[in-house]
Amino acid sequence: MGIVTAVRLLVGTKKGAFIATSDERRRQWSLKGPFFGGWEVYHIKGSPTDPSRIYASQSTGWFGQIVQRSDNGGESFYTVDNQFAYEDPVGSHLFYDGTERGFEFKRVWHFEPDLSDPDLVYAGAEDAAIFKSIDGGKSWGELSGLRQHATGQTWQPGAGGLCLHTIVMDPRSNGRIFGAISAAGVFRSDDWGSSWRPINRGLLSDGIPDPDAETGHCVHKIAMDPNRPDTLFMQKHWDVMRSDDAGENWYEISGDLPSDFGFVIGVHPHQSDTVYVIPISSDYEHFPPDGRLRVYRSTSGGGQWEPLTKGLPQSNCYVNVLRDAMDIDDLDPSGVYFGTTSGDIYASADSGDSWEPIFSSLPAIYSVEAQRI
Amino acid sequence: MSIRVILPQHLRNLAKVPKEVVLNVGQPVTMSSLLDTLEEQYPVLKGTIRDSSTSLRRPYVRFFALEADLSNQDFGDPLPDLVVTGEEPLIILGAMAGG
Repeated sequence: MGIVTAVRLLVGTKKGAFIATSDERRRQWSLKGPFFGGWEVYHIKGSPTDPSRIYASQSTGWFGQIVQRSDNGGESFYTVDNQFAYEDPVGSHLFYDGTERGFEFKRVWHFEPDLSDPDLVYAGAEDAAIFKSIDGGKSWGELSGLRQHATGQTWQPGAGGLCLHTIVMDPRSNGRIFGAISAAGVFRSDDWGSSWRPINRGLLSDGIPDPDAETGHCVHKIAMDPNRPDTLFMQKHWDVMRSDDAGENWYEISGDLPSDFGFVIGVHPHQSDTVYVIPISSDYEHFPPDGRLRVYRSTSGGGQWEPLTKGLPQSNCYVNVLRDAMDIDDLDPSGVYFGTTSGDIYASADSGDSWEPIFSSLPAIYSVEAQRI
Repeated sequence: MSIRVILPQHLRNLAKVPKEVVLNVGQPVTMSSLLDTLEEQYPVLKGTIRDSSTSLRRPYVRFFALEADLSNQDFGDPLPDLVVTGEEPLIILGAMAGG
């Protein structure tokens, strides 16, 4: 009898978290939840090295931030420290109207557990800052070199707030960490988060006074090729971008996409030049072009894209897919998963060739993370 | 003094307590000392009623008692006698807003 491999999907929604599980065929799914019902769960993610360790960001505008941790794969959760104190000098950033606002913690958008130590976890916060815990969330300290970068006082929020929403770790244990901020851009540390510098050369954003400014770009999501860690892909507010030198230079790979606006981007774990995006019409029409929900896949590292439509609604579909709401598992063939703002989860067990809606009518989905267990 | 406190559903679920909890608060009983005791007894509630960094009431949290809104009362002011004697509860709730 072979080893049973299973996949777990960790789903954050507007009204709680859900956990879906399946065997390796990924055809039959079961669902548990809601966990933390009624609270917003911006992100829930497990440790790559210990899938039983899970961190969840639970918040509401009324009662603030709670951090939940599980040590048993989501069978049960308990709260850990929820104090995210900004280091002095706290300083200020620019608000939408150009006035200065002091940096102030609002919520955690993203948890990124370390690649090898389940007790080491990073948190991306609004207002934009990165925090680190070395004790499994029992305490948090800011990596203030990012927020205190000389450009920090010029950062302005995107429509969703001034948030650090993406954290990517270099798997080579070289101290390299990437962070992406809306609407400041991408920053990189080469010393485990002590110091940071913007890496936005090549980005062009018409929505800011100087389109190729050092910062100010509304980067929606970045993803790393795990087999070539210097290769990064980006879904910017507009434009799909690529870098082959760890973010030093970016170039556009939007190519023949029907729209290069969107939120998610993902890289196939085994096929280096295979990239996925979900085009959205525009920044004021947050739904797919022509009401057709299409995942686009490039097998050439960008530029040329094929629509993946089998099993996805091809008419009257007006949902959005938010930045953390797509993930790819590392089975062979890989499974691809995404959740929509109308509460549907779609899954493909064949790297995107065909899709099935595995759950529907959940609360609006903020994040989907796939774990192999 | 034994103070009765009614918590909103979200915080009841978080602290795993019934709707009403009873706190033994030393004299003088103020909003500050009551919240200190509440957070000491239920540490999971730290930061949910008062902001952790400023110690101020979170903007969408309200305090009611005796059909009065005590939300903007100074945290150091004494609470009403009927709350201090336990005859009436202090109600903590989330402001009506949103869906």
